[in-house]
Amino acid sequence: MKIYDGRKIIPGILIAAVIFSFPFWLNFGKAAVPPKPKLPKEVKNCVEPTTFMRTSHMQLLNEWRDIVVRENFRLFAAPDGKEHLMSLQNGCLKCHESKADFCDQCHNYLDVKPYCWDCHLAPKENK
Amino acid sequence: MMEKSRRDFLKIGGISALGLSALPALSVLAGKKQPAFKLSDKALEGKRWAMVIDMKKCWEKQKKEGCKDCLLACHSIHNVPEIDNPKREIKWIWTEPYENAFPNLEYEYTKEVLKDKPFIVMCNHCSKPPCVRVCPTKATFQRKDGVVMMDFHRCIGCRYCMAACPYGSRSFNWGDPRPYIKKENMEFPTRTKGVVEKCNFCAERLAVGLKPACVEACKAGALVFGDLGDPNSEVSKLLKSNYTIRRKNDLGTEPNIYYII
Repeated sequence: MKIYDGRKIIPGILIAAVIFSFPFWLNFGKAAVPPKPKLPKEVKNCVEPTTFMRTSHMQLLNEWRDIVVRENFRLFAAPDGKEHLMSLQNGCLKCHESKADFCDQCHNYLDVKPYCWDCHLAPKENK
Repeated sequence: MMEKSRRDFLKIGGISALGLSALPALSVLAGKKQPAFKLSDKALEGKRWAMVIDMKKCWEKQKKEGCKDCLLACHSIHNVPEIDNPKREIKWIWTEPYENAFPNLEYEYTKEVLKDKPFIVMCNHCSKPPCVRVCPTKATFQRKDGVVMMDFHRCIGCRYCMAACPYGSRSFNWGDPRPYIKKENMEFPTRTKGVVEKCNFCAERLAVGLKPACVEACKAGALVFGDLGDPNSEVSKLLKSNYTIRRKNDLGTEPNIYYII
């Protein structure tokens, strides 16, 4: 079999393959830094169990915002008897004091950009 | 031993099946595990919130001290940006000359008498709010207590509500408002580019038992807030004992802000 311009095409393919796989070789053997969300020290229980919060906090936040804004219920009585203020700025962020150390940890890792912070004010942090 | 006929067997079988099918329904009805969302015990609750503004008291204070307490209190608490460009400005509560606030009540002589006497204006929280009717996403809605409320999460920025509101109570965010907010109140959100905003009758304060910020800030006692559903409330009494006017009453929007002049 004869490839026309094989002298150009075959090295071309090889170079393209190297460039294409370059990111792979660059990071070979290095593990990405896993997210380390910093949990509040004093409070141990969130409004729902940790496993639920980890997977479904976004649905919970969406539900809560509707309940607060549209139905005007602003307190959540947790099964353990504690009452929580259903508010991102005045509730969640009172325990999770730092957006950078908590929210951003996983959101950056997964490259998700929730637009909560377009309106809701994140705590001022020294950076 | 009793002999069971086929007929009896079918009867008992049928009743048992019925009982089984009713079981899930019963357990749902009897279930105690309901999501526990509630409102604070301190929250102010009313049937129809309203405000009576005694402009005479207000003007006295304005004349003496150039008082702007209510405007400042509202705008600082709600993170309302201060934009000088009148085409882009955002306002929840502001002042308007008589001929603009009450154009249908203006005639040759009112201007003389009411010159330099600005009226405090804000969202009228109409009982028949045109903004609610036109909103395609139900971002603007009317609560049971009469507050015409905005769900900023749902606003798509179409500005139908602005066209519908005859009072100019609504402002649109043409850009990010944050650079224009001098001092942010960390307990209230800001808005973002592309949403409409307006006075919310301090829904967040009513929920914790506080009166609206403008009412609390007014040292002259010119702003009175209360429930028109309660005949003994201060607003109801004021309306019974004073002649009051409403803005553009003839449009049929049934405003809930009343003025004593």
